[in-house]
Amino acid sequence: MPEEGMEDNKGREERPKWNNKAEYLLTCIGFAVGVGNVWRFPYLCQIYGGGAFLIPYLIALVFQGLPLLYLELAIGQRLRMGSIGVWNSISPYLGGVGVASMVVSFCVSLFYNTIVAWVLWYLFNSFQDPLPWSQCPLNHNNTGYVKECVESTPVNYFWYRQTLNITPNMETSGSLQWWLVVSLATAWSIIYICFIRGIETIGKAVYVTATFPYLVLTIFLVRALTLPGSSEGLIYLFTPDWEILKNPQVWLDAATQIFFSLSVAFGGLISFSSYNSQKNNCERDAVLVGVINSATSIYASIPIFAILGFKAHTNYVTCLNGNILALTNEFDISDMNITVENYEQWFDSLNGTHPSRVSDLNLKTCDLQTFLDQSASGTGLAFIVFTEAVISMPGSQVWAVLFFIMLFSLGLSSMFGNLEGILTPLHDLKLVPKWMPNELFTAIICLVLFLMALIFCLGSGNYWLEIFNSYVGSVPFLIIAFFEIIAVAYIYGIGRFSDDLEFMTGHRPNIFWKVCWLVISPLMLFVVLVAYVAVQAQTHPTYAAWNPDYVNFPDTEVLPYPDWVFAICVLLSSVPVISIPLVAIYRLICCMSGRHSKGSLHNDPNPYANEGYVVES
Amino acid sequence: MEEGCMINSNFLGISLFMRCLRMLVRILVLLYLAGAPALAQTLCQPNASNGCRVRISIKTALGNQAYEWNENEMFLFRATMAFAMRRYYKTETYNVDNIIMCNQTLRVSFWFVVTSPENSTMLIPKADVEKAVRMSRHRINNAFLLTDRTLEFLGIHPTLAAPVNPDTPPWLIVFGVVIGAVFAGIIALLVSSLLQKRRKEKGMMEDGQDEEDRQMKGVENDNVLDGIYNRGFTDDDRFTKL
Repeated sequence: MPEEGMEDNKGREERPKWNNKAEYLLTCIGFAVGVGNVWRFPYLCQIYGGGAFLIPYLIALVFQGLPLLYLELAIGQRLRMGSIGVWNSISPYLGGVGVASMVVSFCVSLFYNTIVAWVLWYLFNSFQDPLPWSQCPLNHNNTGYVKECVESTPVNYFWYRQTLNITPNMETSGSLQWWLVVSLATAWSIIYICFIRGIETIGKAVYVTATFPYLVLTIFLVRALTLPGSSEGLIYLFTPDWEILKNPQVWLDAATQIFFSLSVAFGGLISFSSYNSQKNNCERDAVLVGVINSATSIYASIPIFAILGFKAHTNYVTCLNGNILALTNEFDISDMNITVENYEQWFDSLNGTHPSRVSDLNLKTCDLQTFLDQSASGTGLAFIVFTEAVISMPGSQVWAVLFFIMLFSLGLSSMFGNLEGILTPLHDLKLVPKWMPNELFTAIICLVLFLMALIFCLGSGNYWLEIFNSYVGSVPFLIIAFFEIIAVAYIYGIGRFSDDLEFMTGHRPNIFWKVCWLVISPLMLFVVLVAYVAVQAQTHPTYAAWNPDYVNFPDTEVLPYPDWVFAICVLLSSVPVISIPLVAIYRLICCMSGRHSKGSLHNDPNPYANEGYVVES
Repeated sequence: MEEGCMINSNFLGISLFMRCLRMLVRILVLLYLAGAPALAQTLCQPNASNGCRVRISIKTALGNQAYEWNENEMFLFRATMAFAMRRYYKTETYNVDNIIMCNQTLRVSFWFVVTSPENSTMLIPKADVEKAVRMSRHRINNAFLLTDRTLEFLGIHPTLAAPVNPDTPPWLIVFGVVIGAVFAGIIALLVSSLLQKRRKEKGMMEDGQDEEDRQMKGVENDNVLDGIYNRGFTDDDRFTKL
C-alpha cells in the first residue's frame, strides 16, 4: 500500500517493503498453513489408508503444488503489483483472472473469519470450570437434564444448540445469535488491528501467529504420547493400506488437498511477493514454503491422532464399564471383581450358565475398532471430537485454551493472505480516493465484510457456510489456477518468463520447472478440475441437518438442497470466474473500436533502475 | 392320719402346678426369643412392599483406600438409618433395633425395613422411609465416604448437581478484556500514525529541497540507484499533445 508523503514531482509512489526476509517467509508460511492442515489432512490420511496416502500427496506436491507456488511468487516479485495489475500486465485480455482472484478472496474471507469467530467463542468459554460442554444443563423446572442434550451428547448439544442455535433445515433462517455477532466483531477487530499499517503490522504479527501453532503442536504431541490409547490411534493412522491407491478418488483428493492447502490462486501470495526486492531467490522461497506446509500437515496429524486414539480408548473403557456394572448388579458379584481385563472370561462363564439373564441385560458390544473408525474432519473434528477428548484429559481448561489459541493463530495468519488478496488489487486499480488514508480504507473493507458475514450468524448460518466452503472454495480456484498457468506458460511465454527468473534468481529455471509449467501442471489441473466437477455432478447435493425431532436423532438428517439454494450454489461457483471471459470480451471490444487505452496499470519503470548501463562517450 | 395325707397331697399338687407353670414360662420365653428373629425375618423380605434395597460399591468409590464391609459397618448403617428416621420424624424414639436388614450379598447389597418404635411388628411405609433418606442423604453418604452413585437406594434417584449460575457469564469477562485491549491498540496505532504523518509533513516543508533531490534519483529497496538518467523514459506525452 503506497505511503503518502513520499511522492516525488513525477507522482511516483514507493511500494512498501518487508523489514526482513524472515517476515516475508513467515507471512507466506502462515498464509499457507491454515486450519485445513490440522483438521483436513489427518482426516484424509485416516480414510485413505494412512501412510499410503502420503504417496499421492507428495506426488501432487512436487508436480502441481510447487510449480504453481513458484510461478505465483515469481510473477508477483517481478511485476511488483497485486493480482489484478499482474494479470493486466501479462495480457490485458486475461485481466479477468485477477478480478476473479479478488472476488474469490472476498467470498472466502467472509466465511473463513466466521470460523475464526467460532474458535474465539470456544476460546472465551474455555476459561471456566467445569467446561460448559462437559455436562448437560438442567431443564426449566430442575427435574432433569435437557432432553436434546440427553439424547445426543453434551459436546454435540453445546455446539449445535448453545453455539450455533441451529435451525432444523435451511428454509428456516432463524434469528441473529448475538453471541456469535459479538465473537465475529472481535475477530474482525483483531484482523483490522493487524492490518492497520499494512505489512508493517502484519510483519510483526506473524512472528507470533505463524510460530505459535508449532509450539502448541509440540506440547500436544508430548502430552498425547503419554495418554493411554495414543499408540493405538497412531498405529491406526499410519498403517498403510496399499490397496487404496487403486481408487482414483484418492488421487483426486490428494491433488485438491495440496492445492487448497498451499493457498494459490487467492492472489495473496502474489501481493506478498510484490513487496520484495526484485533480486530475491523466489525459487528457494517457493520450495521452502511448499515443503514446510506439507511437513506441518504431517507433523500436525501425529498429536491429533494420538489424542483421537486416547478418545477412542476412553469411549471403549466407558462402554465396557457400563457392561461390567450391569453384570455386577444383575448377578450380585463383589464390587470390582469384573475388570476391563477379565471381562471376557466373566462374560463367557456367565453367558454359559445363565444365557437368558445375560441377554435380557442388552449389553452393548464394545469394539475399539468401531470407536477408532469414528472419523471427523473440519468443524466436527475441532468442536465436537477434540473437545470431547479434552474433557477426559487432566487439566482440561489448559488444553482447551491452548488448542483454541492454536486454531485462532492458524486462522488469523491465513486471513492475512485472504484480506491482502482483496486490498492490494483495489489499491493497484487506483480505486481508493486520494484523500482517504489507508487506515480508513481498510476499516471500510473490514466493516463491509463484517456486515456481509452476519448471514453466517443466523440460525441456519452453518448450512450456508458449508455451501460457501464447498462451492466457492473449490471449483473457482481450480479454474483460476488453470488460467494462471496457461497465461504464464503460453501467453507470456516460457522464454520471457525464464529471462525474468534469471534476472531475479541469477540462474535459469531447470528442465524440471519448465516441463511442469508447460505440460504436467496444466494437465494435472485440467484432469483434477474435470474429475472434480464430474464427481460433484453425479450426486444430487444434500446436506446434513441437525433436527431434534428427527426419528433417528441424534443422527443428522440428510436433506436435499431446495431449488433456490441450489441455484445460489451454481451462482457462487460461476460468478467469480465469469469475470475471466467477460474482461476478455470487453478488452476485445475496446480494441476493435480503436480506442487507445493507456495502460495506467503498467508499471512505469524508474528511469534510474538501469544499473550496468554505462554511457559510452 | 387322713387329714395329714390330704394336706400332703395338696402340697404336692401345688408344687407340681408351680413346676408346670415355670416350665411353661420358660418354654414361652424360649419360644419368644426364638420366634422374635423369625418374626423379624418375616418382616424383612426381598421385594417386600415396604422394604428398600441398598447397593454399595466401596471399591469403585475409594479404590485403594476401600474398607471392608463387615458387621460393624452394618451396625453403622443401622445407626445412620435410625438417625435419618429420628431427623425426619423429629422424635427420639427410633433405635438401632428398629432397622432390620436381610438378604445380604457379596455385591454388597441388602434389603432393609424400618419398624415402628411403638409396635415392633408394624413397618413404616416405604414412601416415608424414602423421604427420610432424601432428607439426610448427604449425611448418610458422608458417614460411609461414598456418593449418591456408590451408595444407591434403589428407587431413590440421585440428586442432580445444582447448576452453577454466576452473575456474569465467564466468557463475557474474557471477551471484554480482549475487545478492550484490541480497541485500545487500534486507537493507539491510529493516533501514532496521525502524529507520524504530521511530523513528516513538518519535516517535508523544512527541507523539502533535499527530499526532492533524493526522490529524483530514486531510492529502491535501500539501494540508492546511481545509474545514468535514461532519457528514453521521459514522459513526453505531458508536453506534446497532438
